[in-house]
Amino acid sequence: MHELSIALSIVDVAEEEMRKNGGTQVTAVHLKLGVLSGVVREALLSAYGLATEGTALAGSSLVIEDLPVIAHCAKCDAPRAINSIDWFICPECQSPISDVLQGREMQVVAMEIQ
Amino acid sequence: MSNAQPRMIEVRQNILKHNDQVARDLRRRFHDAGVYVVSLVSSPGSGKTAFLEKTLTTLHATHRVAALVGDLATENDAVRLARSQAPVKQIVTGTVCHLEAAMVEKALEEWKLEDLDFLFLENVGNLVCPSSYDLGEDLRLVLLSVTEGEDKPLKYPTIFNTADVAIITKSDLAAAVEFDAAAAEANIQRVRPGMQMMTVSSKTGAGMPEWIASLIAKAGQRSSKEVSPV
Repeated sequence: MHELSIALSIVDVAEEEMRKNGGTQVTAVHLKLGVLSGVVREALLSAYGLATEGTALAGSSLVIEDLPVIAHCAKCDAPRAINSIDWFICPECQSPISDVLQGREMQVVAMEIQ
Repeated sequence: MSNAQPRMIEVRQNILKHNDQVARDLRRRFHDAGVYVVSLVSSPGSGKTAFLEKTLTTLHATHRVAALVGDLATENDAVRLARSQAPVKQIVTGTVCHLEAAMVEKALEEWKLEDLDFLFLENVGNLVCPSSYDLGEDLRLVLLSVTEGEDKPLKYPTIFNTADVAIITKSDLAAAVEFDAAAAEANIQRVRPGMQMMTVSSKTGAGMPEWIASLIAKAGQRSSKEVSPV
């Protein structure tokens, strides 16, 4: 359970961006979360309320977009989305693929501030 | 009461940018000092400390080695590892279930990195949380003991996917627990195709010479890459 640490880091990043943009309150934070980021969405959502208490993010909503894993298939020479992270196999040609291009992200991509 | 309407702003910031920055600084310092850094992750009880003790004791004869060990509480592991004669420091993380780059940076404050060839970072026993945090290491090992079951890699694919080498430990117990080595290796390859795998017993020493040789070769490859002009 490191989602509380992650949520506290979101507060740091969001407050810094809010100040840079002249805001005083954050009403929503939008994230991109790769499925290989090691963060559990539900646990993060429940930690978020606790982490934002008493901050400029209090009462804000957390909007999470899950990013699937995309890896480069050497045989097809093309990027492929992996169906399940317990099997790194190309969905087209069935060969093993390991060159991960996307899926580890943990990013704040947008915020609503006022 | 503010009349300001909510407005949407675009941001592109990594949530762990602070950790990533500290890890980048550490990695540069490690490279500049010529120390090769290896982190170890696994579930509790998979034999990390025994494996590390054996590794430190063996390497200590020919190289300058040290270790940082992370645990939620107690200094027991540091006391055990100190038997290897290598400098060892415990990082007590309290309630935190993983090591972060800043904890490593702080623990290293009194050490001179130039005096080391190898530094080991033993993470808190946990197969989930450590995967998200870069510690500036060159090599990340994930340990899997034969007593844990062959399907562990399928249950925790993220940690296997973010590690570089899988070490199967406690091979001396393999027969007793009817460990299916082929199945375990196939599962590791399923979640991380091409991953290097080694099998060891810290108790009997089986597989340890191969591991130590592989580690020294990896460190050598890195330093030869550094001196060659680009």
